[in-house]
Amino acid sequence: MNEGLRSELSKQGVFTTTLQELYNWGRSNSVWPLNFGLACCAIEMIAASMARFDISRFGSEVFRPSPRQADLMIVAGTVTKKMAPLVVRLYNQMPAPKYVIAMGACAISGGPFKQGYNVLKGIDRYLPVDVHIPGCPPRPEALLHALITLQEKMRGEPLAGPAPARHADPSAPGEYPVPAYGPYDLTPAKNDELWRPAPLPRGE
Amino acid sequence: MGRATNMTEQTQSYLFLAVLLGVAVAFPLVMLGVARLWATVYSPAKPGPAKAAPYECGLESTGDAWVQLRSGYYLYAIVFLIFDVEALLLLPFAVAFTSLPVGAFVAILVFLLLLVEGLVWAWQKGVLEWN
Repeated sequence: MNEGLRSELSKQGVFTTTLQELYNWGRSNSVWPLNFGLACCAIEMIAASMARFDISRFGSEVFRPSPRQADLMIVAGTVTKKMAPLVVRLYNQMPAPKYVIAMGACAISGGPFKQGYNVLKGIDRYLPVDVHIPGCPPRPEALLHALITLQEKMRGEPLAGPAPARHADPSAPGEYPVPAYGPYDLTPAKNDELWRPAPLPRGE
Repeated sequence: MGRATNMTEQTQSYLFLAVLLGVAVAFPLVMLGVARLWATVYSPAKPGPAKAAPYECGLESTGDAWVQLRSGYYLYAIVFLIFDVEALLLLPFAVAFTSLPVGAFVAILVFLLLLVEGLVWAWQKGVLEWN
């Protein structure tokens, strides 16, 4: 069904949908986050789940204490190098479809601790982050905005075709390698399959 | 003739049970079947060692889950029970102490004596020595 016919039908009061859209609509409205916080951003995450900001308006109030029941990992806070293997392992233990929100400056880049020796410079070195939230810490509204952004992304995900969603793609990895906490740094220091920053133009 | 009609009515009045049983079996089977079909078509299974590992807050589990405790700990359990039951009964006793008749007072003293006797036995046995 093309878009023209569809909009024509909706003008006549006939609502049409596809199985894929119905499925994506359903799952995007019940994104269960993993009950898991790393630093001060977790306090804002808790505030977002409470009555004033009320994340349950978006169907995400069910913070699960086990990764087996979670759809979304909110990396809320500073990921130290000692904690990074645990975060990656928790992500691996979540069932697909699963999504990652990197919340706050620390989770997306290391934040104020970027020059330090013991903080990971962004969880996207190991995990496929879907939404980044800047801020230190981001306000609960920012987390809600990230959730809405994630829902929009989920609603647009194709289940089949040349570029399907991560969980529908048989060639996409089911697990990401867990780094080891070595004497000097994490090994490997990044997942090269995943983390491909744009090259910085230098000199010239 | 009349009996036969009666039988039919009885059979029909219980027919709904059979229908309900059928629905109760078919409904979850259809649901699970659709979910399974959807999973095989749209969500290929990707098992792995980390995903199948036991969940221990992200840590790798170490050691054996079948931990054995010393059977000698039963003595601690018994002594704990003595103090536990004693405290449970001493509280109402203390509250109602002033208004108790002599008989009740003697009864609770006998009860206490029994428990203290057990405690003395345990003490003499050396249970209270932590080693």
